[in-house]
Amino acid sequence: MHETHAAAEAVILHSQVLWLIPTLPLLGFLIAVAAERVPGLVKITSPVAVLAAFAVTVAAAAALFAAPPGARLSQTAYTWMTSGPFHADVAFRFDALSAVMALFVTGVGLLIHVYSVGYMAHDDCCPRFFAYMNLFMFAMLLLVLGDNLLVLFVGWEGVGLCSYLLIGFWYENDDNAAAGKKAFIVNRIGDMGFVLGLFLLAWSLAPAAGGVLDLGFAHIEAHAASLAPGTATVIALLLLFGATGKSAQIPLYVWLPDAMAGPTPVSALIHAATMVTAGVYMIARLNVVYMLSPAAMQAVAVLGAATAFFAATIALVQNDIKKVLAYSTVSQIGFMMLALGVGAFATAVFHVMTHAFFKGLLFLGAGSVIHGMGGEQDVRKMGGLRTRMPVTFWTFAAATLAIAGAPGFAGFFSKDEILYHTWAGGHPWLWLVATAAATLTAFYMFRVLFLTFFGELRADPDTAHHVHESPPVMTIPLAILAVLSIVGGWVGLPEHWLWGNRFGGFLAPVTGHPHLATGGLLGEGGLMVIATTVAFAGAALAYVFYLRRPDMPATLSRNMRGVYELLLDKYRIDELYDATVVTPYVRCSTFLWKVADQELIDGFVNGVAGSLIANGDLWRRLQTGNVQHYALVFLGGVVAVLAYYVIR
Amino acid sequence: MSAFEPAGGSGNVLLSLVVWTPMIGAFLVLLLPREQVDGARRAAFVFSLITFLLSLGLWAGFRPNTAEFQFLEQHPWIPEWGIQYLLGIDGVSLFLVLLTTFLTPLVILFSFDGVQKRVKEYFFFMLALETGLVGTFVALDLFLFYVFWELMLVPMYFIIGIWGGQRRIYASIKFLIYTLTASLLMLLAILYLVGAHARAGAPTTFDVRLLYDVALSPAEQGWLFAAFAVAFAVKVPMFPLHTWLPDAHVEAPTGGSVILASVMLKLGTYGFLRFAMPLFPTAMAAATPFILALAVVGIVYGAMVAMVQPDLKKLVAYSSVSHLGFVMLGLFALNPMGIQGAIYQMLNHGLSTGALFLLVGMIYERRHTRLISDFGGLWKPLPRYAAVFMVVTLSSIGLPGLNGFVGEFLILLGAFGQSRLAAVLASSGLILGAVYMLWMFQRVFFGPVRHEENMALADLRPREVAVLAPVVAMIVVMGVYPKPFLEVMEPSVKAIIARMEKQQARAVAIDGQGAATKPARGV
Repeated sequence: MHETHAAAEAVILHSQVLWLIPTLPLLGFLIAVAAERVPGLVKITSPVAVLAAFAVTVAAAAALFAAPPGARLSQTAYTWMTSGPFHADVAFRFDALSAVMALFVTGVGLLIHVYSVGYMAHDDCCPRFFAYMNLFMFAMLLLVLGDNLLVLFVGWEGVGLCSYLLIGFWYENDDNAAAGKKAFIVNRIGDMGFVLGLFLLAWSLAPAAGGVLDLGFAHIEAHAASLAPGTATVIALLLLFGATGKSAQIPLYVWLPDAMAGPTPVSALIHAATMVTAGVYMIARLNVVYMLSPAAMQAVAVLGAATAFFAATIALVQNDIKKVLAYSTVSQIGFMMLALGVGAFATAVFHVMTHAFFKGLLFLGAGSVIHGMGGEQDVRKMGGLRTRMPVTFWTFAAATLAIAGAPGFAGFFSKDEILYHTWAGGHPWLWLVATAAATLTAFYMFRVLFLTFFGELRADPDTAHHVHESPPVMTIPLAILAVLSIVGGWVGLPEHWLWGNRFGGFLAPVTGHPHLATGGLLGEGGLMVIATTVAFAGAALAYVFYLRRPDMPATLSRNMRGVYELLLDKYRIDELYDATVVTPYVRCSTFLWKVADQELIDGFVNGVAGSLIANGDLWRRLQTGNVQHYALVFLGGVVAVLAYYVIR
Repeated sequence: MSAFEPAGGSGNVLLSLVVWTPMIGAFLVLLLPREQVDGARRAAFVFSLITFLLSLGLWAGFRPNTAEFQFLEQHPWIPEWGIQYLLGIDGVSLFLVLLTTFLTPLVILFSFDGVQKRVKEYFFFMLALETGLVGTFVALDLFLFYVFWELMLVPMYFIIGIWGGQRRIYASIKFLIYTLTASLLMLLAILYLVGAHARAGAPTTFDVRLLYDVALSPAEQGWLFAAFAVAFAVKVPMFPLHTWLPDAHVEAPTGGSVILASVMLKLGTYGFLRFAMPLFPTAMAAATPFILALAVVGIVYGAMVAMVQPDLKKLVAYSSVSHLGFVMLGLFALNPMGIQGAIYQMLNHGLSTGALFLLVGMIYERRHTRLISDFGGLWKPLPRYAAVFMVVTLSSIGLPGLNGFVGEFLILLGAFGQSRLAAVLASSGLILGAVYMLWMFQRVFFGPVRHEENMALADLRPREVAVLAPVVAMIVVMGVYPKPFLEVMEPSVKAIIARMEKQQARAVAIDGQGAATKPARGV
């Protein structure tokens, strides 16, 4: 099904500049820390640091394009750890996969940094904000450029830290702080699976590698074939569990909706465009391991499809514009997971990229709306912003069309490719679930579009009076992302169309390239027509519900109160976790402290001690309380010992 | 550098200088007139700083490619009993000595403000304590080791008992009884071991290098290992012998807590690695599953109990039970990753927990409370303090890029090779550690300022910055570039593993039932 990897014969070009890509934003972070009293300076240095990283990335990409297919740039900075048979370098790799990731991370990151200069203009904490953002870029670039799983893991946890810090950026609000902590801890739960996967992988490869423990990607590729199928399955599932944390999939997605507590540019950069796709990147990177285990692949696909549908249902009824987008992100990453699970690794990465464009844009657009509305996030209090915020409206509409899969837009090609591979890979049920999720996607996105930008403004007069379009520093990034959301998919056309799937061809040396014999009864064109039709139906339904017959949603929610409230309450999964995990854990801990520690263990110790020194007389006499006595006794002992030594 | 050249030979007194300089300083401080409080402070600081600089000479002159003991000093002390003044360091003890000499000046500097009563005596005990600690790490004669081991208890007992909090008497006596009882067992075991060596026809000696080769029956090994293990397990402290620790920490003054947690606990784990494990490898192998189980219980139990503590110091104290569980897990992984990770984690814990106690001490001096519920929203008035606290918190929970990760990762990687079950259970510590630390951080620093009196708190003072900055710098350096440390440890660690394996092989060869014992799985 897959072509053999060309990696074994890959051309490796030694680079001296790769380390600069993550390090330049790190420098920006250090400057922001040092210049915390000079916000005006930080607002310049911080985006410039990302711009510089972007420039180096572009240069590296140019070098990669000039090289023969399958080549990669590589740089070993220094030896990080060495212990017995274990060895890990701080090393970077820049192959097709890393190049794609680094390009859009730095590119979209740059736009969001520029946007943030406008968004955070009124916040006097902004040096701290930009410090965290730069630190995030550093960690994210380590993640995508690391040449072994350990450097990847540094980035993996580093982005989690920045996410934690930025969700809780406005720390004086308890809810924000709690949301940040929840994100960190839920991610840590996934990370436990991740590190166990690393350990099992390293130890399982060792026999074939002469006992060496190494987590380098080249090492893994070279020896993966020696893994027993059962072992490969366990490794792949452990790593998948890690991915469900970082990439917000069932069962660990619960932190992402809460993460919307952070400033909106953070939601765009970290919780939509880049960090949350890290799990997708990791699985694509380790495709040689996953391909060894059909069971694990099946698990990835099922999990992805389930999450895509499940999260989309919640997004249907949410009223907070950012919450809709958050569940939408969970759902879209589910699509990417589905692509991975059916073996279409390059397609998953394609959707990662287009999603970065249109979801980043949706969040920035939402941020522009929130900014213009003086902080309002409830779509029920918006409306009619089309005329008052025209740039925001047009760009938001472009992104909505892209995510809904309107023909020609970026999301159309990537999502279509996922559905096609799912169907042609022999997963008709998963295809059905995913197509249904795509329909829901069109519905909930147009619902937001209509409620926000059409009809009458439903805000109170005071807010309504102040509604304004955002400044150019914010709208220009919107416009650039809108262009990318419209044309960004044309790099990956279906095979045999025009120039075909250049994107997939570029990635093929890394991710392999699935050759599907046939699309079965329906060709790719037929599937495309179905997907487009149902997406249009979803959008049309939203049109009826929210523009033509605004009374219908209310009626429907009244008639189906149970379902509606279940969705509105997000299936009450948080409550379930609280009742089954959090509360028992706290109770158990308290019990251990109060009963096991204080009464049982310490009670025993004190009981024994008490009975030994029944009257305590001896100790009372020793406790004269006079320091001179103590010091004298101690001194005497020391002198005696010394004297003995000296006289001897 | 000529002074350091004959590192392996005799005639080099650098190690003795590192051991005794603090004691000399201690007596000088004691001789100062009582009114000269500032003089006592400065003298103590200068002597601890000189000790640190001397110990850097040890690092500079250390030959990293050998497992031999270096900077050996060997003189007869009580020849009729075979007792010698025998000092030496290897890749295991070098960094533990450096940790001690690095932290002591910082603690003394911190105590300039923190200690206001009986200043002279306080610094006397602090310096005496340093001599005891360093001596314990470098003594290679078991009798000398025991002398230093007991010697360090005394100053710590007084530091808690005199400068401690409300229940200091209870805490200090508990501390003393716990450790004394356990170490008496060890003394008996030492004497028995020396006797066994002599019965085999060799001259009487307490030189541990010679005692490593004593042939003992499995039963003897079992009893002696148990005696050593209990003494060290109390010190570590391993569950369920840990209950002296929270009391001692809470009652001790900040400086005492720092030294207690950062250095003294390491004597337990160091003791396992230097004495209990290589002296009795057969018994050690038999006990491995049991100790791995206790280590894992300690990791989880410490983390859970830490979470529900209302008092910051107690939280940090229980977190030590959890962290030291990781160290024990690494040691009994019995492979280079596990043991090097364990040594690294000893250093990490020394830095991060030491810094945490310093930070708690700083806030206690301002607010005279350590209850988490008395804080909240402190980021606002104390941004720099909060930032340092955050870095240390992240070090403590093993964030990659900082020091804690290197230790935890190597330990778990090593443990995975020894016992997958233990590694899986222990890795839950990654989650639980984040839970109790971040929840504490949230309640102390985030949210609105809930107590009026916290509004006006002063941020870090220059002296406090001077105390914390070196620790934070080391936290970063050891996370980003651990290789120089790991490299130096490796030969010594491999030698210890090889010695244990050789002994076990011999035991198996001698005694046909050796199949019952599990050999160490080195790589």
